[in-house]
This record gives sequence, structure tokens and C-alpha cells, in this order.
Amino acid sequence: MRLPDFRNLGVLLRILLGVNAASLVAAVLKSPTLPAIGPVLIEISALVQPVMFLTLLILSAARPLLDRLRGELGLAAVLLTAMAVTAAFDLLGGEPLGGGGDALPRHLFVTIIVVGVLLAWFDLRSRALSPALVEARLQALQARIQPHFLFNSLNAVLSLIRADPRRAEHVLEDLAELFRALMADSRALSTFASEVELARQYLAIEAVRLGDRLQVEWDIEQMPGEARLPALILQPLLENAVYHGIEPSMAPGKVVIRVYRAGNEVHVHLSNPVPTGGRRRQGNRIAVENIRERLQLFFDAEARMRVREHEGRYEVVIRMPYTDTDSRAVC
Amino acid sequence: MSLPAEPLLRVVIVDDEAPARNRLRDLLVDCAAKVPLEVVGEAATGREALELLQGQDADLVLLDIQMPEMDGVELAEHLLKLKDPPSVIFVTAYQEHAVKAFELNAIDYLMKPIRASRLAEALSKARAIAPLRADLLRGLSDAPRQHLSVTEGGRVYLVPITDILYFKAELKYVTIRTAQREYLAEESLTRLEQEYHRRFVRIHRNCLVAREAIVGFERLSGAEIDAHWIVLLRGLADKLPISRRQQHIVRELSR
Repeated sequence: MRLPDFRNLGVLLRILLGVNAASLVAAVLKSPTLPAIGPVLIEISALVQPVMFLTLLILSAARPLLDRLRGELGLAAVLLTAMAVTAAFDLLGGEPLGGGGDALPRHLFVTIIVVGVLLAWFDLRSRALSPALVEARLQALQARIQPHFLFNSLNAVLSLIRADPRRAEHVLEDLAELFRALMADSRALSTFASEVELARQYLAIEAVRLGDRLQVEWDIEQMPGEARLPALILQPLLENAVYHGIEPSMAPGKVVIRVYRAGNEVHVHLSNPVPTGGRRRQGNRIAVENIRERLQLFFDAEARMRVREHEGRYEVVIRMPYTDTDSRAVC
Repeated sequence: MSLPAEPLLRVVIVDDEAPARNRLRDLLVDCAAKVPLEVVGEAATGREALELLQGQDADLVLLDIQMPEMDGVELAEHLLKLKDPPSVIFVTAYQEHAVKAFELNAIDYLMKPIRASRLAEALSKARAIAPLRADLLRGLSDAPRQHLSVTEGGRVYLVPITDILYFKAELKYVTIRTAQREYLAEESLTRLEQEYHRRFVRIHRNCLVAREAIVGFERLSGAEIDAHWIVLLRGLADKLPISRRQQHIVRELSR
């Protein structure tokens, strides 16, 4: 049995929801009438919330210690912590609600049940997201790269072979690198430095076809090149930007890529013009949803992705936690 | 040597990407040994192509489907208005276009990247290709056209849809009104309404108005029975009456 990571935002949110759901059920059962549910829920919350928050605080502070405890010992430690906090509130907090001589054992009983159910749920969840399953899902997600890109690129290379064999060589080299990345092991995290390298190779291929129409601005001086992220996040988004922002217009358009570190997060801004007139192309949702799902598999609730149209430009903003080790954040 | 030489097949290449045009040109040179031909022009946009083909006779156009501003399917439809329309072979990197073109088997197509042998095969039957038909072309693309083509004095003009303020049906023709002038086109108002229902609204049995062009409504009050609403247009004094049946649009659009 594995313990959840008590410093992970997603884990904390789920505990919060779980405990409050249990409180609500208790309130509904305890209330004699429907309107009474509100006040009863407040009473229960006043009792439960402090215990929960203090327990979580201790557990997150003690995470390095918990990590070292093996299997059942870790579970026991979590359970004992929660029970100790419950007891402390009951004994030190004066007359507890629902007081009476047997309040403490009843409260301890509830604590054991809630903690037990939550731990069992996290265990179940971590099994559902077991490496094998996550891997299969990631593999499936990563493979979804637009097939027309391959044909357009091959066409570009073919057009260069007679006129400019050297350039054709370079394009094929870039293409090879790109496909190596596409077929790579999807478990390993990549780094921003290599993601940017890959993105440059991709854009070099597109530049052959589109010439001056494709203009690129890189703003990555503040980029932490060693920071980790799932492979192939940038390239599909750029492919999107080219497909929707550059190809539909004969006029030159600029794709802007900005990556920087902000505290414990890395921010990625990516934007492209929204062509006016012409037929608007459909179907960028897939790439965006695909990347959202992959970020979620790696970082859970700690990565966010926002998409908006602003002043004639389409903008994707991603925030993800900064990490420089190749350990998976999946809980 | 005494045999009369087969006339050269005059080919025009239309593709927005320069490398794709170069590649086609290379391949055409290779095919010239089998099928006598000459490349008489290249164009990067639909507008350029239409311009080119009004001054230059051609037998065949190799036409990329995926192009900005005006796609190949739309251009093909405008080309039909030319006095002597050339045959068209579509070129596409997109499987879905190819599948549709294949279903409408009157239309030949090539998949990118193009093989020289496949191109030669297409060229050798190019003269035999049946002329395109507008109704078949419409099945190839479900997006509305970006331009309407109008024939005037033997020339074909393109009127961008975004310039059009209203359409008015008159007998056999439809009058197209832009801020600058009027054109007469052979179109059906019903088809225009289906194609551009997002952009235009029907205000009368014989009239479609661009929603963007409507700045207000005025009630022409008269003692007579036929007191009615009229549409006020941006930058144009024309007063278009709204029929009794369509009066509900006054409320819908003034919201």
C-alpha cells in the first residue's frame, strides 16, 4: 500500500472534498428537519475542520519522514497522527461539541473510519493510475500527431532535393530528430532545453514550406533549461499555431514563444495571430485537450493551462511546477 | 517527323507554397518526355490564378486544395465562368479531401507527395477529363465561398463576401450591392441564403441583407394599410423594405 503525497495540491483538494462530503452525510443523518441541516453542518465543521487542517499540516511537514516508513508503518503513522490531533482538540479544546463523557472515543472512532476510507481510496486511485496504465494512456496520447504534417514535410524535402540538396539533408535530419522524439519512451520527463531544440527543428521544417509567412520570436532568456516537463508539449502547440495562425493567411504572421520561471513554477506563453477573413479552420481542441490531459497525468492539479483570444491573437498559457528531477509527480 | 506534332498541353500550377510549386514544375519537366507539355504559368493564390488565366489560355490547372484566402475548390468554381475553362486536377495532402474527390469520381486528384508516374498518368488523360460541374464541386467542400464571381464584359471579377451589403433578386439575376457599386450575377437567392445564413438575413422574399451592414430600422408610418419597416444600411441610402412575414427580425436584431 502506498501513501499519498501530502504536499500535492490535488491530494489536499481530494482530502478536503472527502472530509466535507462525510460531514455533509453526517449532518443530513443527524438533522431532524431539512432546514436544520445548515446549522448542524456548521457545528460538525467547527469540530472537524481544525482537526483536518492540523493533521494535514503535520503530515505535509513530516512527508520526508513518512516517505521512509515502509508500507503498514506509514499507514499507522498517518492514522495515529489523525487520532492524536483529534484527542488533543477534544482534551484541550474545552467542552467539545456533542460533548459528554464518551465524546472522545466516538470522535476517535469517526476519525479512524474517515482516515481509513480516504487512505483506501488513495490506494485504489494510485493502482488505477499504476505506471503501466498511465504509460499506455500517455503512449496513446503522444502518438496522436497530425499525419498531414509528415506528408507536408516529405513534400517539402522532395521539393528541395534537386535545387538545394544540402538544405534537404538538414530538413531530413530535423525530421529524423522529431520522429525520434515522437517514438521515444513516454515515461521519461524531458527538459525545457530539449523541448525548445525540438520545437526549433519543427519550425525549421515548416519554414521550408511557408517561407517568409512564418515568423518566430523566442523569448526564452529567463527559461530554466534544466526544468523537467513531459516530452512533446511545445511542438504540438506550435503545430497548432502554424496550422491555425500562419497557414490560412498569405500575409506574414508571427508566432511568439515565451518561457520563464516564476518562483516555484515555470510559465509558458505561446501565441499566434488569428487570421481575419478566409475560412476559419476547425479542430484545435484535440491538441489542446491532449496536452491538458498529459500535463494532468504528470502534474495532477498543479499544472494549469489556459487558452484565450486576445487582441487578435490566440494565446495558450501553461503553468507547471518547477522540478529538476525525473521523478514522476503522479500521486 | 512528318506526323503533325501533338499540340502541347498547356499547364498552370496553383499552390501557395513555393517549394510545392517547384516540385510540381520539376515533375512536369520529367513527364514532358511522355506527354508533350509546357508550363505556361504559376500562381500562389486563387486571385492571382484567375488573373493569370484571363490573359493566358491553358488546358489544365494543377490546383492545390488547401490554400489561404481562397481554397482550390472555390477557385475551380470561379474558373468555370471563364470563356474556355481549363480542366482541373486537384492536389492535396489531406486524406479527407482526397476521399471526397474520389467519391465524386468525375474529379481527378493527386495526393502529396506526388509520384512522377501518377502525375504522368493523370496528364495523359487530362484532355479527356470531363469539365468540372459546379454542383459536384460543392460536394467537395462544405465551407461557404469567400468570393462570388461575376462576369462583365468578358472578364470574371471576384467580389469578396465581406464587401457585400445586400443581395436582391430580380427575374433571372441577383443584384449584388457593395458600398461602391452593383453587380449582376447568376446566382439563386435560395442557395445564397443557405450558404451564408450566418452572415446574411432574409428581410423579404427577394432580399438578403448582411447583418453587419444593418444600423437600424425605421417604421414608415402611413395611413395606408401597408405601413411597414425598412432597414437602414451603413454607408448607403438604399431603403430596403421588410416584408410582413419577416417583421420578427426587427425585434430579433434590435436586441
